[in-house]
Amino acid sequence: MVRFSGVYKSYENGTKAIKGIDLRIDDGEFVFIIGPSGSGKSTIIKLITGEVRPTEGRVIVNGFNVGAARLSSIPKLRRTLGVVFQDFRLIEKKTVYENVAFAMRVIGANRRSIAERVPVILDLVGLSHKAHRYPHELSGGEQQRVAIARALINNPRIILADEPTGNLDPARSREIIYLLDKINSLGTTIIAVTHEKDIVNSLSKRVIAIDGGKIVSDKTGGYYSI
Amino acid sequence: MKGYDFVYFLREGVKSIFLHGFMSFAAVSVIIACLIITGSFMLLTINVNMVIADAESSNEVIAFIDESLSESEAMSVGSKINQISNVAKSVFVSSDQAFSEYCERLGDDKDLLEGLDGKTLLRHRYRIFVEDVSLTKETVASIEKVPGVAKVNASLEISQSIVNMRNVVNAVTYILAAVLAGVSIFIISNTVKLTTFDRREEIAIMKMVGATNAFIRWPFVIEGFLLGITGGALAYVGQWAIYSYATEKIIESIQMVKLLDFEAISIPMLLAFLTAGFVVGIGGSVLTIRKFMRV
Repeated sequence: MVRFSGVYKSYENGTKAIKGIDLRIDDGEFVFIIGPSGSGKSTIIKLITGEVRPTEGRVIVNGFNVGAARLSSIPKLRRTLGVVFQDFRLIEKKTVYENVAFAMRVIGANRRSIAERVPVILDLVGLSHKAHRYPHELSGGEQQRVAIARALINNPRIILADEPTGNLDPARSREIIYLLDKINSLGTTIIAVTHEKDIVNSLSKRVIAIDGGKIVSDKTGGYYSI
Repeated sequence: MKGYDFVYFLREGVKSIFLHGFMSFAAVSVIIACLIITGSFMLLTINVNMVIADAESSNEVIAFIDESLSESEAMSVGSKINQISNVAKSVFVSSDQAFSEYCERLGDDKDLLEGLDGKTLLRHRYRIFVEDVSLTKETVASIEKVPGVAKVNASLEISQSIVNMRNVVNAVTYILAAVLAGVSIFIISNTVKLTTFDRREEIAIMKMVGATNAFIRWPFVIEGFLLGITGGALAYVGQWAIYSYATEKIIESIQMVKLLDFEAISIPMLLAFLTAGFVVGIGGSVLTIRKFMRV
């Protein structure tokens, strides 16, 4: 569950990225966050992952108070989240299997549970046959599916997808969104930041529009309109 | 740290050395170069100081004894000379001994002294060796005051030259050692920074999937340790080879010179090189990855 209460965020250079946001996203929801560049979408993602802290107000994510959390508890918060980026952010020198297994290893999983779970997740994203390939040997869509597998591997409560289809053609974009929808149907909350009107309009989900650091609309079953 | 974790960190550290082969090679090369340059300079300094010490020990002061004193009276003056604080050693030379040494030095021209003997020509004397050459002048003044001493001869200019040379070598040593240490730290930290900069994306990904700082740091620490120790060990071997070759060539051309044997300092040198490699490797890694941790 994500809850923003009266959240403001200003950066050191004086930029006021978020100007008083109140927001609640419940477990199991699929939410699109839309808005023009510089509207504050990425700051919302950063506030959820604990990369930045609110200047004012409270951000609660899966029971963690991001503003008050000690630095040492931020990794624990992140283990309840899976993050997918526009540029995939895979480790180039690790295979598909290693990239996914790595996220489990980081949280202290043992070899046996890694060996059991990674093939299951690779199967879910349709990449079992490419487990031993390196990222540069894959297409953009496949790389994004590896990133989703990595985000999913620790069974997170929320998956944050920051422009997950930004680097993909329309067909691959649809594949990725349908994959996220499938994961959502299994109970994981999905928060996807996007610019892509067609993607948003193709699924009847909750759409939160941000502009100038404020929420300008929040509709379930909404369409892309700012 | 659990055993399983240690094996993982070790494996990751070793794997990373080979995955980032060029940067690892650069880091080890820089450590080797810096250690060999610093080590060579240290060895040069030690040898110069040895040569100076040798010159110091052979630089003698001659105290001539009043000719009115008999040989046995002259010999008793030695105990008073030895009481002077900077006197390391004094050797009594009778006038006869001095005469025969003089004849030997003349070689084929010793006929010139025919009909003469030591007692009429030369005084009894003491060859005096000082502890600190820089205090020769003061020591000469003290010896001159000893009853029975008629005259004191000392090469004050040579003493002063030795003192000057030693001061210059020491000053140059300290300055160069400081400069070399500074340059080495700068080059090594930049090399480590480059190797880590190469992996900032990897660190950011680790942070994003929930890795703790310790989990991220350990493979880098192990990698830094292995690179540092490897650099230190290879530098030691290189230093040994270079020094042995150089001393062999120097001794071939200047046979009189006495140089330090590498075996005499091989253990402290090895320990110094391994410690320097260890500190630089681990310190460099830890300090540099710190700034990439703030994600």
